[in-house]
Amino acid sequence: MILFKIENLVKYFGGLAAVNGVSFSVNRGEIFGLIGPNGSGKTTIFNLISNFHKPSGGKIIFKDKDITNLKTNKICRLGIGRTFQVVKPLGRLTVLDNVIASAFLRVHNKTEATKVALETLEFCNLIHRKDDLAKSLPIGERKRLEITRSMATNPDLLLLDETAAGLNPGELDEAIELIKKIRDRGVTIIIVEHIMKVIMTISDRIHAINFGQTIAEGTPEEVANDPAVIEAYLGEEYAHGK
Amino acid sequence: MKKYTPYILLFVLIIFPLVVRNSYYQHLMILVLIWVVIGSGWNIIPGYTGQVSFGDAAFFGTGAYTAGLFASKLGMSAWWGMAFGGFAAMAIAFPFGWICFRLRGAYFALASLALNEVCRHVATVWESLTNGMVGILVMPTFVSKIPYYYVALSLAVFSIIFIQSVMKSRWGYYFLSIREDQDAAESLGIDTHYYKMISLNIAAFLTGITGSLFMNYMGFIDPEVVFSLHDISIMAILVGIVGGVGTIYGPVVGAFVMVAVHEFFRTGFLGFFKTLASVTGSDFVNTVAKYVSQAHVLGFGILVVLVILYLPNGIVGDWDKIIGIFTRFKRKGESS
Ligand SMILES: Nc1ncnc2c1ncn2[C@@H]1O[C@H](COP(=O)(O)OP(=O)(O)OP(=O)(O)O)[C@@H](O)[C@H]1O
Ligand SMILES: [Mg+2]
Repeated sequence: MILFKIENLVKYFGGLAAVNGVSFSVNRGEIFGLIGPNGSGKTTIFNLISNFHKPSGGKIIFKDKDITNLKTNKICRLGIGRTFQVVKPLGRLTVLDNVIASAFLRVHNKTEATKVALETLEFCNLIHRKDDLAKSLPIGERKRLEITRSMATNPDLLLLDETAAGLNPGELDEAIELIKKIRDRGVTIIIVEHIMKVIMTISDRIHAINFGQTIAEGTPEEVANDPAVIEAYLGEEYAHGK
Repeated sequence: MKKYTPYILLFVLIIFPLVVRNSYYQHLMILVLIWVVIGSGWNIIPGYTGQVSFGDAAFFGTGAYTAGLFASKLGMSAWWGMAFGGFAAMAIAFPFGWICFRLRGAYFALASLALNEVCRHVATVWESLTNGMVGILVMPTFVSKIPYYYVALSLAVFSIIFIQSVMKSRWGYYFLSIREDQDAAESLGIDTHYYKMISLNIAAFLTGITGSLFMNYMGFIDPEVVFSLHDISIMAILVGIVGGVGTIYGPVVGAFVMVAVHEFFRTGFLGFFKTLASVTGSDFVNTVAKYVSQAHVLGFGILVVLVILYLPNGIVGDWDKIIGIFTRFKRKGESS
């Protein structure tokens, strides 16, 4: 059953087409990987979904409803949570207050919100940091705070933008565990990730883009063996190695 | 100890006019209390919601003129302004915020500055309503300062309790989220435009009521007084910055300090220059004495620079630092 889809999404920045006609649909309960070389348009797609950028063309459908031009906060209220690749902690608030602020979306009194926040911190394994200021966290835990915060808004669909980047191997395994745990709670996930170990092991399906256009879609094996994908990545490595 | 400070302060403030009968000091304390409310109201917008505002006088003046017009146009008591001044200020805040909260950062600050000036000009030009530069005069209800003192004290206490409870609620969390990161706040489902409006309207309401009280107390207003950029809008900012932006008691401390500094300049360093002039008989000192009393804006500027350099979080925000400096002095004194 399809929970979410984008149809022919286009975004121009000036003359540059950062996203150029991408379509995909995501089933309820799956982990959907979105990959592509640097600058291929992954973050832009997330920004279009949450309407930080207005699409130049195309449609975004969530739970059979066209959400293309809804305001960012409405989209979250409807059940789409997201994290930021460049993390945005509420720096001068404690970790707990960060999460309480987002829990207030669904409950309207402080006691309830605190309860939800503590549960979510426990679930995401960040409870030991609850009284620290968000700005004092190291990058790994900041990324976890991003996930915790959006989980506290009780989303049906979660957009994760490189939440595993910059983690050490131990933290990486933890992150994979957490993402699986979130899925097991019934949350559908779209994940952008460069670390192949992560994306290949947890995704049910993967959608690959390059220069804002689709180049492949399928199971992790299919996509890993796709000539267009290999070329996109090898081409990039080649360019880096020049 | 820290926990009881507010109660001790409140007790002292309650008995103050009964103990200190000198009406000059009572007058100064009324000004302090008025500035506690204005400063606390202003603090909500930049201190808690992160939107720098230079337009406080727009709300203050609107409240003051509401009270004045009840008397001059309707022939009613200017005290009606206390009931309606807050709402009149919100009537200004609402359309302004609706349009200008689409602007971010410095652009919003500039828009609020413009609002201040527009209001002042309207009050000056619309003579049939406001008497223009002639101003509005109302007969004070009380001869004694004590009734005004207690009205101001009640308003100050109400503001602080109200703001404190707002900051513990969902609204407060949303204000702080917007201050810390507006994009993050939006993505967490917070309608940032709406909550900025709420924050501005709370500030406008409190400031408007205070304006009405000011009209009743002073008995006279004109556009240059109540829509003044430097004596109201900038002063509100100074009360906040000196006391500590984004803290409940910052504006309280800031109000005491700023009224004191303002008075210090107004009286020419407590009459120091006047005395000096008459003692020395020097024309130069006499001229200085004349200008010093008008130089409070310069004094404010210097004070702000010092506070920003040494106490960037204000007196309340950097309290631990101040204590630290003093204990270090003490320790040094003991060891030597
Ligand atoms: N706000 C913007 N204004 C102008 N150009 C932009 C903007 N945001 C992104 N771009 C451009 O759009 C293209 C796609 O960027 P995007 O951030 O979506 O890539 P990405 O796939 O997320 O890359 P990475 O893997 O490095 O995160 C890039 O060329 C980028 O420079
Ligand atoms: Mg990106």
